[in-house]
Amino acid sequence: MLFISDPVMFIANWLQSFLLGWGLPKELVVAILSFIGSSMIAVVMLCLVVALIIMERKLGGRFQGRFGPNRVGPYGLLQTIPDMIKIFTKEYITPQGADIIIYNLAPILITSAVLLIWAVVPYTSSVVGADVNVGVLYLIAVGSFGTLAILMAGWSSNNKYALMGAFRTVAQMISYEVPMVLVLLIPVIFTGSMGINDIVKAQTVWFILLSPLSALIFFIAAQAEVARAPFDLLEAESEIVAGFHIEYSGLKFGFFYVAEFLHSFTMSALVATLFLGGWQGPWVEAFPVLGFFYFSIKAFIVYFLVLWVRFSLPRVRIDQMMDFCWKALIPVSLTLVMVTAIVQKLLVGAGAALPIQVAVHLMVNIAITWITVQIMLAKQARKPRRKPVADIRPVAVGSPSTPSTKSV
Amino acid sequence: MTPEMIIFILIALVTLGTAILVVTTRNILHAALWLIATLVGVACFYVLLNAPFFAMAQVIIYVGAIAILFIFAIMLVRVITPSGVKVFNEDWLMGLILACVFFGGMIWMLTRWTGFDTIPSVAVSQVDKINPVKLLGIALVSPNGYLIPFEVASVLLVAAMIGAIYIAWGKSLRNK
Amino acid sequence: MVPLSWYLIFSAALFAIGLFGVLARRNVIVMLMSIELMLNAVVVNLIAFWRYGDTMKMDGLAFALIVFAVAAAEAAVGLAIIISVYRRRKTVLADEINLLKW
Repeated sequence: MLFISDPVMFIANWLQSFLLGWGLPKELVVAILSFIGSSMIAVVMLCLVVALIIMERKLGGRFQGRFGPNRVGPYGLLQTIPDMIKIFTKEYITPQGADIIIYNLAPILITSAVLLIWAVVPYTSSVVGADVNVGVLYLIAVGSFGTLAILMAGWSSNNKYALMGAFRTVAQMISYEVPMVLVLLIPVIFTGSMGINDIVKAQTVWFILLSPLSALIFFIAAQAEVARAPFDLLEAESEIVAGFHIEYSGLKFGFFYVAEFLHSFTMSALVATLFLGGWQGPWVEAFPVLGFFYFSIKAFIVYFLVLWVRFSLPRVRIDQMMDFCWKALIPVSLTLVMVTAIVQKLLVGAGAALPIQVAVHLMVNIAITWITVQIMLAKQARKPRRKPVADIRPVAVGSPSTPSTKSV
Repeated sequence: MTPEMIIFILIALVTLGTAILVVTTRNILHAALWLIATLVGVACFYVLLNAPFFAMAQVIIYVGAIAILFIFAIMLVRVITPSGVKVFNEDWLMGLILACVFFGGMIWMLTRWTGFDTIPSVAVSQVDKINPVKLLGIALVSPNGYLIPFEVASVLLVAAMIGAIYIAWGKSLRNK
Repeated sequence: MVPLSWYLIFSAALFAIGLFGVLARRNVIVMLMSIELMLNAVVVNLIAFWRYGDTMKMDGLAFALIVFAVAAAEAAVGLAIIISVYRRRKTVLADEINLLKW
């Protein structure tokens, strides 16, 4: 194995033989290596958040027709560092009547829930934290700790806005978990395995081509799961101030902030892994290290899409959001899972070639999408229109009777 | 004493300790959180038993659904820390004795059980070669396996869902 | 390799703790939690016997899944009943819910 083709495994193997040469037992060496690997993943991911924050702020500025941060460093790229110093030095304020232990545990739990997801994401064909054979279930299981942390934060803060934000979040996360789990089954159906690295290895054709609808549903559900706009009801500033983390200050608030950004990027990385082929790309067999670059490029493209959606769409109302989940996403994903399973079984049974499989799955997806859109349009037409509360009065247009104010 | 045994003892102590806290804590929201710790500890046992699928299912079902449901119910009934109220009823000593008698009886039966010798030792090493999840999936849908219990379980879940909605809805649904 | 008896002792202890919770606590919600503990003890037993018995036979795992389903159903219906009772009687203490004892 050469250093140039797979540096991480090269270093790991070298370190292993080095430690074994000291005469350490094999289990201890494995434990040390796992510890080094997991702490490296955690540190790298937490540092990545600095880049994610500046990317979000710069791009957000561009989407909204302004510059974004532009004072510190070249092009304002170092803006996050003074922000970090500020948040490190802030005072911790604990509200009266707070449940101290739960209050302090919640930020740690929410950050670790996000970091735990990275344990099963394959970075290249060989560099995987833990190649568990139930990786897809692991993703969902770890996600439930995030929900729990939000509920703990909201309850222990002893604040009604925090509790309301937590209730909204939990309702939203539990509801959107259902379509997410259902569409996660579709890569599993195509692969025949629940291991994430197996799913990536099976993607000689990206699964987004086989089932674009499931990728779309996963993307929407992931947006709701990380509570980004247009689904950021848990921290709707105009309604419940800041939601579940209203009573947190200093670095405890920073933990929530980091967890939110990292969760968002994690979900983008999962979309890239499950539907866009992960580390797959040209020459990846010869040079596994290239897989890392393909993977990060795909993840950042999806993250760009996430930001695009975030800065373009207004926030939805809570009843609209629940309606959309229970009346649109869940029926569609149930149908999609059933139809995809049957079609895949028939195609594999008939021994169809790969292009035919792709074409048939694509047709099925388009048909289901078309039927769904037709049903939703028909439902929309039957719904009585709400009466306008007042006559429409355009604000920015001067009426002809008043004199023009152009000269002022 | 292998590393596996040390891990087993540590997890067992933590799990049993949190289980005791579940049944003795006054604040029932804390009890729910201790329950979550216990359930995660039990999930660790499933990992030790080479059943990672069940460990994940345990976390998804218990932590993600049942524990959240418990916390919601606790918040809805709003009596979280009743400070003047006794935690245990008058017969708690009887309950303690019964539980101890049950535990002692189980241990007594285990020491007299001869089934440990009849367990095939060959099968133990087999588990790494098979894929239990696949076999379980086939067993759950094959007609001479567990097809009917599986379907009955799904009917049970639907019935429970309808029942829970009807009971918890209150007067507004029944008067319609 | 951990001996099978350790798992059995652990699950007996967990079951006993759950039994004590059901018998001694006054709060109905904690009683339900204790029932969950007992169900978990049963599942540990089922999976341990699967692991140490014939791993090709899926009986233990299939029953463990069914116990999961039963636990979920029990929690949902039980909590719904508790909330309904709380609405009428404003209490969740088992010895104060005694209307049926007349």
